[in-house]
Amino acid sequence: MSTPWQKDGYEAVIGLEIHVQLNTNSKMFCSCPNQFGDEPNTNVCFVCLAHPGALPVANAEAVRQSARVGLALGCRIPDTSEFSRKQYFYPDSPKAYQISQYDQPLCAEGMFRVPGADGFEVRITRAHLEEDAAKMIHAGGDSGRISGSAGSVVDFNRVGTPLLEIVTEPDIRSPEDARRFLTLLRATVVAIGASECDMEKGSLRADANVSIRPIGSTEYGTKTELKNMNSFRFLERGVEAELERQLSMLQAGETIEQETLHFDPASGTLSSLRSKEQAHDYRYFPEPDLLPVTQDQASLAALAADLPELPVARFERLSAAGIVEATALVLATDTELAAYFDDLASRTGDIKVASNWVMGELQAHLNADNLSAAESPVTPQRLAELIGLVVDGTINQTAAKEVFGALVEDSAATAAGVVADRDLAQVGGDDALGEIIDAVLAAHPDEVEAFKGGREQVVGFLVGQCMKQSGGRADAKALQGLLRERLSA
Amino acid sequence: MADIDVIGLTAERAMGLLRAGECTSEELAQAYLDRIAAVDDDVHSYLHVDPERTLAAARAQDASGGDALSGVPIAYKDLLSTKDVPTTAGSKILEGFVPIQDADVVARGNEAGLVSLGKTNLDEFAMGSSTEHSAYGPTRNPWDLTRVPGGSSGGSAAVVASGCAPWSLGTDTGGSIRQPAAFCGLVGLMPTYGTVSRFGVIAFACSLEQVGPMALTVRDAALLQQVIAKDSPNDATCTGPREPIQVPEAGRLDGVRFGVPWAELEEGVEPGIRARFDESLAIAKNLGAEIVGVELPYSRHGLAAYYVIAPAEASANLSRFDGVRYGLRVDGKDIRSMYEATRDAGFGPEVKRRIMIGTYALSAGYHDAYYVQAQRVRTLIRQDFDNAFANVDAILLPTAPTTAFPIGARLDDPLAMYANDIFTLPVNLAGIPALSLPNGLSDGLPSSLQIIGPAYSENLLLRLGAAFEAEHQFDFVPAAMRGGL
Amino acid sequence: MSDIELTPDEVRHVATLARLGLDDAEVERLGRELTSILGHVNTIAALPIADVPPTKHSHENADSLRPDVSRPGVSRDEALRNAPDPTADGFRVPPIGA
Repeated sequence: MSTPWQKDGYEAVIGLEIHVQLNTNSKMFCSCPNQFGDEPNTNVCFVCLAHPGALPVANAEAVRQSARVGLALGCRIPDTSEFSRKQYFYPDSPKAYQISQYDQPLCAEGMFRVPGADGFEVRITRAHLEEDAAKMIHAGGDSGRISGSAGSVVDFNRVGTPLLEIVTEPDIRSPEDARRFLTLLRATVVAIGASECDMEKGSLRADANVSIRPIGSTEYGTKTELKNMNSFRFLERGVEAELERQLSMLQAGETIEQETLHFDPASGTLSSLRSKEQAHDYRYFPEPDLLPVTQDQASLAALAADLPELPVARFERLSAAGIVEATALVLATDTELAAYFDDLASRTGDIKVASNWVMGELQAHLNADNLSAAESPVTPQRLAELIGLVVDGTINQTAAKEVFGALVEDSAATAAGVVADRDLAQVGGDDALGEIIDAVLAAHPDEVEAFKGGREQVVGFLVGQCMKQSGGRADAKALQGLLRERLSA
Repeated sequence: MADIDVIGLTAERAMGLLRAGECTSEELAQAYLDRIAAVDDDVHSYLHVDPERTLAAARAQDASGGDALSGVPIAYKDLLSTKDVPTTAGSKILEGFVPIQDADVVARGNEAGLVSLGKTNLDEFAMGSSTEHSAYGPTRNPWDLTRVPGGSSGGSAAVVASGCAPWSLGTDTGGSIRQPAAFCGLVGLMPTYGTVSRFGVIAFACSLEQVGPMALTVRDAALLQQVIAKDSPNDATCTGPREPIQVPEAGRLDGVRFGVPWAELEEGVEPGIRARFDESLAIAKNLGAEIVGVELPYSRHGLAAYYVIAPAEASANLSRFDGVRYGLRVDGKDIRSMYEATRDAGFGPEVKRRIMIGTYALSAGYHDAYYVQAQRVRTLIRQDFDNAFANVDAILLPTAPTTAFPIGARLDDPLAMYANDIFTLPVNLAGIPALSLPNGLSDGLPSSLQIIGPAYSENLLLRLGAAFEAEHQFDFVPAAMRGGL
Repeated sequence: MSDIELTPDEVRHVATLARLGLDDAEVERLGRELTSILGHVNTIAALPIADVPPTKHSHENADSLRPDVSRPGVSRDEALRNAPDPTADGFRVPPIGA
């Protein structure tokens, strides 16, 4: 674990509730397109508008994707799960009940490990499938917040989007770990292909349950719930702010009340939200319009076998291969970059060289040009060719960087072509290097004397002069060997 | 223009007239519209009639050259969603509501070429046994206009008994097809749960209700059941019938074993109803059937279980009537006062009663004691029937313990009203089919026999019903309806 | 719990959960009626059947799932056709309030 949040004898206890919108073609219980960004109230129908007589029919793909996510989170997938009605009146809920899952979720107890030297484990309580609510556009008031609003307009496009709610046990001990956990969880869901998990678009939303307790205590303190923090940074900052608030309350002798809070990233402050249903009496009961969902172990085994390599496994594979942890973590959480890397590594046969290139030149170019790995004009094949020229001694590192730049500029160019056109081939061989060395030594008699007087450091200067003389093309290793030979002669 | 007497005209006979070219669908529809104009002010069985629309649909069938049931008229309970045709569920909260989609059963009717005469009255959201709980006024029983037609499908029963439609569709959540069929001298079929799509049926209690036919004869009921009993991708709980529905012929009952739960008949059954029931048993024996006793010990708890489960489901189903997307809205200063004012103004007393019971039964602290316990009783009631059907082919009971009661007689006593469904509720709790058919008169009012069978036994029930029907020789035209009022 | 008697406060609490705005006369009447109906319902409360599994679904089947195929819903005009207070593109509701 990274440094736990501990202050004045208290420690942090954090659990997360994560909502993931699944990227199915159609909505959870009707055939309306499941897509973001359309004109208001154009992806709606008899069923998702909850017209009288509407009936839900569950989306098989949403069930399948949820099971895949559950398997990836190490969950037990029970033989039978069922849907229940969760009742509350609110304009974003057209039936005034949400079809969710109550005592028989699709995915039960799991375990998710954030790997690495300071890794930690988070128990997954459950993951259940439900439907998203509609969007309220609040007229007046302060930018989307509820209170003080003059009225609202409801857009039902989003209602019925399949939503997987993942609930963790309160096993997280610092705001930073909350962010790290969520980052890796997001990468896992994205790797599976179940969701884009775009926090800005709301396809990944996180609530945090936060409390503090005396270090060493096994009891939990009173928790508060932080709603909908829409970036990883806000999650970390919001939880941090709430921990500080709770600590100062306890230190002032005040009692923490169980409430739902909203974090305002602009001011860094927390405010209490009005509850949807003051009594919070959801009156759950099994959804009579839907049949139970069953899973057979053979199909689940096939589903598990069919999962792609997951970020945690990838991290471990790369770490075991000798990739440094920071690099392994970057590759673990970026599936596309990892795919690029794996392709490159298999072409070059050298995982470390591949990792240096991917984390160095490639990342710099992707960041500068705002591209994803798959979008780069420098495909793994082109880069592997370039690396090949370095490995076989045709060019040195300095020239290789120039060739890489040329490959970015011109997607038709080949590494070998650039080397030929620009005459970047390495100057090697004792004759050619010898000529250069002789000229440099002749031009710097003082330094030669100094070396002979025991000043080893001048070798670096002389190598630099030789390299300059060669136009940067000299084989550095051979050059150094030959130079020492001549100096010692 | 053919002179068509629609009083007592069966759908099968109407089909015969159409196929023989003795009348057109338009003429037939017009004859029913004339009959509606003549008597429905008194009976008040229709909530919505649109003659132009009906005649246009009839002309379309005439032009289509369709066969079988093409052009036969029908009436739909106003709980069934009809695209572009007002649908109220008998409630003020849906006054003026025009659906954007047909119920699956209405779509099946349209595919079969049936011509809708209109939408029939019902207890608000199908909650009731008398049609007195309609927000649009009670329907009267064509056998005696001072009496109720039963409910909740009272309008669908009265239209057929008064000659204002050859047949109709009703829905049955606790007896809402069978009891009004019994009160109005008709045949009513409550199908096996999951054989008819509920899509577009405005939900009262999802786990209990099915759509079914109300007709003059068992054969008509079978013909209509053929139309509606289909699998549907729109209803996850609907898988259609196990075998095609057959139109039955009357015959003997040799080898058939009927079970009679004698203990259930000990209390509360009117003497006339009991007498007609005993006569039906004698008929069964004469036709070669055997009568044996069966026990349904948990049936007596059916009423209590039903009045937890049905209101619990209803309380959730009716939450969508919130003044946001359709229906009545009564303005309020904020969303909650709008909700409360809208629902207070839009729902009638019986609906409020059931929403309150259901909300209470599901609320924190009471959920297990009421809701879960009722679902356990339900399991036991199902087991009772399973045990009985291990030994008998079908069970016989009266449909209702009384004949039609006077309008207003039970309005102030909800429990007495609920008790009228004592013989029908357990069937819904078990999800099994039952056929109700008239077995004579008691003091001039229809009495009915209920035949209950195991799941998916509709063909058996229809065959047994046809055998009884041939022997009962029931004259289904009420004296009051002969030649108009 | 053989003798349940609903107090006016309990009736009002249930009515709030159900969003029914009841006046005092309705609270009084419903209190009486619910007490009577629940009194009857309570006849099953004492049955010693705790080990009986509750019937949760009416159909013995499971897994009636829908293939993930999308098709257009209704037009916005149709969606708004029955709306009590439509705007150009949505459903207006009063302020959320307290």
